Amino acid sequence: MKLALALSALVIALLMASLSLGYAPLSLSAVLGGVLGAGDPLHVMVMQEIRLPRTALAALVGAALGLSGAAMQGYLRNPLAEPGLIGVSGSAALGAVIALQTGLSAAFALALPLMALLFALGAVALILLLAGPRGGSLTLILAGIAVSALAGALTSLALNLSSNPYATFEIVFWMMGSVADRSLTHLALAAPLVALGGAVLLTLGRGLDALTLGEDGAQALGVSMTALRLKLLFGTAAAVGAATAVAGAVGFVGLVVPHLLRPLCGARPSRLLWASALGGAAMLLTADIAVRLILPERDLKLGVVMALIGAPLFLHLIYKTRRGG
Amino acid sequence: MSLLSLEALTVKRGPCPVVDGVSLTIAPGECVGLIGPNGAGKTTLMRAALGLMKHEGRSSLTDLPAGARARAAAWLPQSREIAWPVTVETLVALGRLPHDSRAGDLRAEAVGRALDRMGLTAFAQRRATELSGGEQARVLIARALAQEAPLLMADEPIAGLDPAAQIATLRVFEDLAREGHAVLVSLHDLTLAARHCTRLILLDRGRIAADGLPLEVLSEARLAEVFHLRGHMLQTEDGPLLQALDVLG
Repeated sequence: MKLALALSALVIALLMASLSLGYAPLSLSAVLGGVLGAGDPLHVMVMQEIRLPRTALAALVGAALGLSGAAMQGYLRNPLAEPGLIGVSGSAALGAVIALQTGLSAAFALALPLMALLFALGAVALILLLAGPRGGSLTLILAGIAVSALAGALTSLALNLSSNPYATFEIVFWMMGSVADRSLTHLALAAPLVALGGAVLLTLGRGLDALTLGEDGAQALGVSMTALRLKLLFGTAAAVGAATAVAGAVGFVGLVVPHLLRPLCGARPSRLLWASALGGAAMLLTADIAVRLILPERDLKLGVVMALIGAPLFLHLIYKTRRGG
Repeated sequence: MSLLSLEALTVKRGPCPVVDGVSLTIAPGECVGLIGPNGAGKTTLMRAALGLMKHEGRSSLTDLPAGARARAAAWLPQSREIAWPVTVETLVALGRLPHDSRAGDLRAEAVGRALDRMGLTAFAQRRATELSGGEQARVLIARALAQEAPLLMADEPIAGLDPAAQIATLRVFEDLAREGHAVLVSLHDLTLAARHCTRLILLDRGRIAADGLPLEVLSEARLAEVFHLRGHMLQTEDGPLLQALDVLG
């Protein structure tokens, strides 16, 4: 309960900080008025066109990645698992790259996120086909690795064969991940899918708790492994697919956040789910604020900063685990 | 009224049956030992009876929906898996998952009873993963007890426990049976099986070779035929004792 309050307070504080930060110094009342569509029309435009989509997307993408990471680690009973493991983010990236490469994204603004989503769903379908709806967790990982590898190879192929240096440039930058210069349309596209996927993932708490005892133990406690796996796959595909579609590939959140919060949740997978959603939102908001503070004029990419924050944090955790064990 | 009834239960791995046409019933008050050499099909029989693997024939448990089945039978698998460093109390409370989650008091009581039976009350706030192997095994037994299902099925629960803990655990199972529950437990220690079980089922290559009172089942001929063991059960003043003499080629 305390943890929930602390994390919620942190997310709210970071949301306010993110909304207040920008080229135009705005007062808190102008910020809030602008979000609600009241006050100076210029302020309303700045808030609704620039800062609100950016802030909301950072929180949304972070929550999606944190939550899916926690669910994936709980299901596989492995702290090294992350949402990218089942190939959803790799495939979404491939869809986006194809949209950029073919010029589809130039012709139609939402072509990129829609293609990314389509490919994320395709990845899940492929994994289900490979691993079967009743396959064990090992077949699921192997199928995920195969799909990820395939998506990665095809992405490289698209870059390799690209005759247009601008498209190549655009692809490389898109793949670094960012929530800058997104519109409310992007938010409207991603939010319902992240909410749907998140809602499905949050129902898994009981089953993931039971899985602490292994698959046999959980099944004997009345948990259906088939239903759990299907919900996990579709929840992750919807949440991470939608997040990747609008923000590009942002790594480390799904890996680091559950790891960081696990000791604070008494290691219970069910409590870790919502904690990681809030923690993921906080972490990505922090990274996005850092992006704007460190080099405001160079458009530093979120994924880059995230990895720069995430990797040392992860090393520190490994070091701590080594000393503890 | 029986707590478990199997009719011609058969499990095939490829064309070859691992469990072959097993029929049995278990009634309240019974503490049934499932014995047999390695590979006789003890684990497979119990997993199939719970509906954890594909099988032919009928099991009264697999006829039930998943939630009702979990309230009818508790299962203690052989692999002692504890995936996360949760506290002993949290782990034991997982046994209450099949029950109504709103009954918070009942849950705490059941967890307390289970910890008490296994002598783990002092460990309640310790992290389960930091305990020794034998202690973890006892925590997992407590988890199955907390389920308070009419039937407890345990797969080699006392393997790896120290001698006192082995006897204490089987005493807990005997108590459960006396209280009107039933226990089906697979064992390798034939002396303990003969002393603590009310009935033994001897499995040989997937079939029931004998089913009855412990001393009737453990005859010299069956020890030789099924276990390939030259030996016999001695009658001592403390109860039966297996005198194993040699391996038969």
